[in-house]
Amino acid sequence: MLNTLTISETTARLQRREISAREVLAACLDQVRRVDSKLHAFLALDEPDALAQAEAADKRIAAGEQGPLLGVPIALKDVIAVRHQRLSCGSRILENFVSPYDATVTGKLRAAGAVIFGRLNMDEFAMGSSTENSAFGPSRNPWDRERIPGGSSGGSAVAVAADQCIAALGSDTGGSIRQPAALCGCVGLKPTYGRVSRYGLVAYASSLDQIGPFAKRVRDAAVLLGAISGYDPKDSTSVAQPVPDYSAALTGSLRGLRLGLPREYFAAGGLDPQVKAAVDAAVDKLRELGAEPVEISLPHTDYAVATYYIIATAEASANLARFDGVRYGLRVDGKDPIELYGNTRGQGFGDEVKRRIILGTYVLSSGYYDAYYLRAQKVRTLIRRDFLKAFETVDAIVTPATPTVAFRLGEKSQDPLQMYLSDIFTLSCNLAGICGLSLPCGFTRSPKLPIGLQLLGRPFGEETLLRVAHTYEQATGWHVQKPALD
Amino acid sequence: MAGAHMDVTDVAHLARIRLTPAEEQTLGRQLDQILDYMEQLKGLDVSGVEPTAHPFPLVNVMRPDEARPSLSQDEALRNAPAPANGLFMVPKIVE
Amino acid sequence: MEYEAVIGLETHVQLKTQSKMWCGCANTFGSPPNTNVCPVCLGMPGVLPVANEEALRLTVLTGLLLNCEIPARAKFDRKNYFYPDVAKNYQITQYDQPSTRGGHVDFEFQGGMARVRITRAHLEEDVGKNNHFDRNSGVDFNRAGVPLLEIVSEPDLTSADMAYEYLNALKDILVYGGISDCDMEKGMVRCDVNVSVRPKGGTGLGAKIEIKNMNSFSGVRRALTYEIPRQIEVLQGGGTLIQSTRRWDDAGGITEEMRTKEHAHDYRYFPEPDLMPFEPTPEWLAAVKSRMVELPLARKQRFMKTYELPAGDAEVFKNDVPLGHYFETAAQGAANPKAVANWVINNLRARLAETQAREIAEQESLGLERSDMTFTGLSDLKFPPQALRDLVGLVENQTLSSSAAQQVFVEMFETGKAPADIVQEKGLAQVSDTGALEALCDEAIAANPGPAADYRSGKLAALNRIKGHVMKLSQGKANPGLVGEILERKLRA
Ligand SMILES: [Mg+2]
Ligand SMILES: [Zn+2]
Repeated sequence: MLNTLTISETTARLQRREISAREVLAACLDQVRRVDSKLHAFLALDEPDALAQAEAADKRIAAGEQGPLLGVPIALKDVIAVRHQRLSCGSRILENFVSPYDATVTGKLRAAGAVIFGRLNMDEFAMGSSTENSAFGPSRNPWDRERIPGGSSGGSAVAVAADQCIAALGSDTGGSIRQPAALCGCVGLKPTYGRVSRYGLVAYASSLDQIGPFAKRVRDAAVLLGAISGYDPKDSTSVAQPVPDYSAALTGSLRGLRLGLPREYFAAGGLDPQVKAAVDAAVDKLRELGAEPVEISLPHTDYAVATYYIIATAEASANLARFDGVRYGLRVDGKDPIELYGNTRGQGFGDEVKRRIILGTYVLSSGYYDAYYLRAQKVRTLIRRDFLKAFETVDAIVTPATPTVAFRLGEKSQDPLQMYLSDIFTLSCNLAGICGLSLPCGFTRSPKLPIGLQLLGRPFGEETLLRVAHTYEQATGWHVQKPALD
Repeated sequence: MAGAHMDVTDVAHLARIRLTPAEEQTLGRQLDQILDYMEQLKGLDVSGVEPTAHPFPLVNVMRPDEARPSLSQDEALRNAPAPANGLFMVPKIVE
Repeated sequence: MEYEAVIGLETHVQLKTQSKMWCGCANTFGSPPNTNVCPVCLGMPGVLPVANEEALRLTVLTGLLLNCEIPARAKFDRKNYFYPDVAKNYQITQYDQPSTRGGHVDFEFQGGMARVRITRAHLEEDVGKNNHFDRNSGVDFNRAGVPLLEIVSEPDLTSADMAYEYLNALKDILVYGGISDCDMEKGMVRCDVNVSVRPKGGTGLGAKIEIKNMNSFSGVRRALTYEIPRQIEVLQGGGTLIQSTRRWDDAGGITEEMRTKEHAHDYRYFPEPDLMPFEPTPEWLAAVKSRMVELPLARKQRFMKTYELPAGDAEVFKNDVPLGHYFETAAQGAANPKAVANWVINNLRARLAETQAREIAEQESLGLERSDMTFTGLSDLKFPPQALRDLVGLVENQTLSSSAAQQVFVEMFETGKAPADIVQEKGLAQVSDTGALEALCDEAIAANPGPAADYRSGKLAALNRIKGHVMKLSQGKANPGLVGEILERKLRA
């Protein structure tokens, strides 16, 4: 059962030579073979390549090398480039695309000696909140296979929650790490915009996207975040802020910390009473642990969904223009290039992607730019200001991660607006460019489904989030509960 | 197909996405509903507010002018649906 | 009714950098297709652009040379349009906040001065190249992402000739500034023209017609020479013109309407989220300013004023910057700079050209490509520029006859020896010793009885025959002025 280990447990045992990286990888692959036909977290495995990496890691360990990720199997959302591996982004249009290069985070993981294996399922081009938009079929929630795991990084959340890997990377544009982490019962962290290089992350919305870790424990998220963070000369939007030792931030003390409770989040219509109760209880626990909860206001919260879907789709409409059947990917022929584009993109993209591209094209088009795009950028300023103002008086913000627990497959797939509104608590974080984390804070009774607590922090305030989350995690037992997979 | 807000056929063409008539129907209806929802932004006073294009303010991010190795022609064309003579082939471009 | 043309130009110029605008691929011409490409300039999924600092410097330098304002803040935007040669299906450009704006170019036109205002010069990226075959087309992305400067003029031009002269002046400035090689053969300069006509003296603008994609200045001139009368003819025939885009058919010598697009362009510009704004610091700007050069026109005017050169000579030195520089060094302290200019243009330049032609022929016979050849240039000369000034000085003070000076120059060119030393060695100093000259003159008169009789009977031109004989007898060393005086005296006696 080496696949159930955390990162820190794995490295400790690897260092003591009790186990080999090869064995840990084999355990993960076994688990994938055992459960993935039911969960569909993985799109591809890259097994031979992973085996070679595990052997190389074992050699490095034998040579006395140490490292927080050396020999640890990590799976990647299929939106992060790995040289000579497929990079489908959950889309037909890239079904056979093989990346000629490594993403910066991939290179960093390699340098750290992690064993990169598997391409994880996702909503097509990271557009969605349920992983139902994958062209290759949905992933399923390990706690209830009739329910969605969240999205768009659904595969990453499932793989971690179902112990198919030790940890994983996902990407978060409007909640795509935090929401599935919450719905599957693991830890997910969206770093501050600019903290982690986006080079090699297939862009959905460039000014919102960030890569971040999925982990079984807060400590693991800290380790993984440390490994992938830092300035990258290949990404003009990455910030040259030193990378702290995130593990060192896990002091176990909350004394003196002020935690903001935004009243707009707790009063939101559609907030499931069981979710609210769990989050309220978590706030009590945090108080008990020494933090000081205070009510705050984020007055522009109600505008976040509209603002987000204008900005994100506008950027996406340009970012996804390159998928045209000329240089790579699917081609559906036509008599001239215009027809070829229309056919390729009409047949290569799924419904949600088409919907967002068309929406994004519209909000940028002549005559509508000012009313939609420019206005949304201004509202974005107001939303960011709300947060920065709040952080003048509080060290972190505590909210529910999602208004409800995991919903049923198909429940919202015909109603895009309802689907968009399910991201209501996570979107603002990306608009403001701040950091956010979600971790388990309870379960509903029947069926038993995980509930997520969201912590939001000031720009480059990841240490505070990890400290709060870790202290809470250690004082509660939610993280040790596992879904029954048989 | 023209909805209350947009002509889906037109915008889809601008985005180079060919829709089936059924898709035009469904998408048109959904997009109208979404745009209705977005009307709420119009009620907000944003006068004097600067737009945010980047969530973290940086300026003057540049790289030195140094040439580095490129891909080989083989690698460049490896994913191409229709490579020929080192080129990415497309149906004849008529201006 | 008389009509006049209103012309504005958009000139795209490739910048002279080592690498492309957003990636490290080489900015070179002539490689096999799709070999100067990488994931970034092929628009692969997941890649990001990073701005080339030198391209930004060259853009701002251009702005300074074109008398533009350099705004405190510039940014990049995406211009969205689908085309096979556009790898990302958007072009990164500068839309509403360009790096330079509001300048002008002054140039000589029809014997006077003309000024064209510059709206802006902004930085963007070049696209790939489409190759057309019978049934399909093929794209080469080597050129995609090469830094491209778009220089937009105000509609201040009124004729085909004026447009032509403006473009040449612009090119001179860009070459001077080291901004672009402006090599038309390599497609480094391309022009779009906006032209309309209106009743002469009017202020309104007629329907703007765009002529796209001309890759030579003479093409622009020819296109306008065709297009302006065409528009006037339409109007005079009672027709109307509508805003449209036309293509210049260089072989046919005509413009023709391009197939109208079903949809008007809607480029959906928006700020490029992958690139940060640009706010030049005072230090950065100072470093760019230090690279400013004297403009071609100013240089020409300065040569005419400082050295009292005729316009023709100054033009030569304007067009050939190294030669002009050589002249300026040689003319330092010269009593007669015009004489130095004559030597530089007529003798030195000709001799160099001759030498180079020989060197090219030799290397060609060895099978070398032109790009691998080496030949003698101004910097390889064996004598310093001061030696040329000294040579001119020797002629000026009558130490050397001009024909002897030619001999000295050849020797200098071959050996690098100082002119005075050569004169000494070869005994080329002009003979002004009256006694010696008297004897030679007597000999020449005796040898030319016919011309001597002609002169005496009033045909004064006959003197030159006898004078030539004296020069020959003296092996060119006789002082011609003195010889003339002596001969006249003797023949009148
Ligand atoms: Mg342009
Ligand atoms: Zn490149």
